[in-house]
Amino acid sequence: MGMTMTQKILAAHCGEKHVEAGQIILADVDLVLGNDITTPVAINEFNKAGCTGVYDQNKVVFVMDHFTPNKDIKAAEQCKQMRDFAREKGFAHHCFDVGEVGVEHALLPERGMVIPGDLVIGADSHTCTYGALSAFSTGVGSTDMAAAMATGKVWLKVPSAIKFNLTGKLNKHVYGKDVILHILGMIGVDGALYKSMEFAGEGVSALSMSDRLCIANMAIECGAKNGIFPVDEKTLEYVYARTKRTPVVYKADPDAVYERVIDIDLSAVRQTVAFPHLPENARTFDEIPDIPIDQVVIGSCTNGRLEDLIIAADILRGKKVAKGVRCIVIPATQKIYLEAMEMGLLKDFVEAGCAVSTPTCGPCLGGHMGVLAKGERCVATTNRNFVGRMGHPESEVYLASPAVAAASAIAGKIAPAE
Amino acid sequence: MNIKGTVIKYGDNVDTDVIIPARYLNTSDEKELAAHCMEDLDRTFVTRVRPGDIMVAGTNFGCGSSREHAPLAIKTSGIACVAAKSFARIFYRNAINIGLPIIECDTDAIDEGDTLEIDFDKGELHNLTKNTTAKFAPFPPFLQDIIKAGGLLKSIGGGK
Repeated sequence: MGMTMTQKILAAHCGEKHVEAGQIILADVDLVLGNDITTPVAINEFNKAGCTGVYDQNKVVFVMDHFTPNKDIKAAEQCKQMRDFAREKGFAHHCFDVGEVGVEHALLPERGMVIPGDLVIGADSHTCTYGALSAFSTGVGSTDMAAAMATGKVWLKVPSAIKFNLTGKLNKHVYGKDVILHILGMIGVDGALYKSMEFAGEGVSALSMSDRLCIANMAIECGAKNGIFPVDEKTLEYVYARTKRTPVVYKADPDAVYERVIDIDLSAVRQTVAFPHLPENARTFDEIPDIPIDQVVIGSCTNGRLEDLIIAADILRGKKVAKGVRCIVIPATQKIYLEAMEMGLLKDFVEAGCAVSTPTCGPCLGGHMGVLAKGERCVATTNRNFVGRMGHPESEVYLASPAVAAASAIAGKIAPAE
Repeated sequence: MNIKGTVIKYGDNVDTDVIIPARYLNTSDEKELAAHCMEDLDRTFVTRVRPGDIMVAGTNFGCGSSREHAPLAIKTSGIACVAAKSFARIFYRNAINIGLPIIECDTDAIDEGDTLEIDFDKGELHNLTKNTTAKFAPFPPFLQDIIKAGGLLKSIGGGK
């Protein structure tokens, strides 16, 4: 019986020729990641267990991105604990702090720290983003992170897979975000529970790396263990521009077994918005009434890349954010911030009446830099719209692409890009 | 292992943001976390939960973030076991790794306030209020070893 692409990467990382869905393996990890929320718990567990050193100082990465720049004293203490630990264990060079930090899942690909064939775990659910780079990557908890920091290994149950056969090309103003919201609308927030989402078909080559990163990023919103794309010219071009390491290309066997095959015609996907309070509540504009909004957030690990800012700036340039709406734009990394500045995008945003922030996850999880009051509504390019996600439990989050977010900021209500 | 407790029941897709809202994640102190457990879904939880109570829910329990603070808050609040129709995968592994007992079984017929007795070795859930018994599959041996050792880090012997 053939293996899926994910199964092949897992087999190679546990020294087996063949693995099967349901099998539990102990796999070698190429990179372990943690942020300023999950890492303090991991450090506590690491110390409690009597661990002393990390397994490889070049394979553990700390990214202080969630509550930074430190939102309060407790958040500052958590970051201090991370800095001290990284210095003490000899990997301060892999501890990304304010001034060089970016939102973790934008930062690692940008720096070439993940390449095809890698096995990456992160104590952050959106670690699945790197499937866009044809790596196996998945979110785990702090205890998993602690164990992997000490031993370089992680236990994994080999997943079965759903294959998404992509055809066609996206229409104007339709992006990767619309594709994943469309898929969420089809299969639901547990539609791929414990499984891999393997994207395939001739439609893949028409998707930009930015779109792929966005789609893989939200695989977790379908309950998936990982979402993964095959390697093509675009993948290699992206990776070779960022690293000297050599990618390892894995392909699904022709006779790989899938639990389900779902055909997606990219040309049929329309601008999509996920309504509160689940990402699966996907609606297209023929089903959306006039909904006034209070805030727009453009950024995050889902949609804070340069491509996203270009899309938003093209819509906001020369226009004004509606009176009564706060539009917050957050370039995901320092490099993106600088490029956006050099391209004049930041000027476009500020002139349109947007606030531009230093890189942070901040508002996405209701941390800081854009927390919502009771009854307020926000259109966000982020990934979750659960109850209380961005602030008050009676606030509402509508998930959308940067194009819809920008158009909504101008219209003062949820609006399509035109 | 056997446990007996009273049911606190919730629905489908209970996410980690309602189990422990991110605004409280500037600490890893388990008692502080437990003080806000379930806050955005059920403000009465922290005042009515009793040690040994059993949390019961529908599908996809613990979806969303990887925050281990979620199972930690539930465990520290005194909940002895979470029974759900299915668990989100990161919550599932976090619960095993920190030693919070969880079981996957049909929970439709279980109501708030029911008394349950769970026999983990036999894989049986007895609803003493309704006088019914449901079966659940035991964990694979590898995971049982982690649970028996008292969590992942104890099972790997503390690393190097």
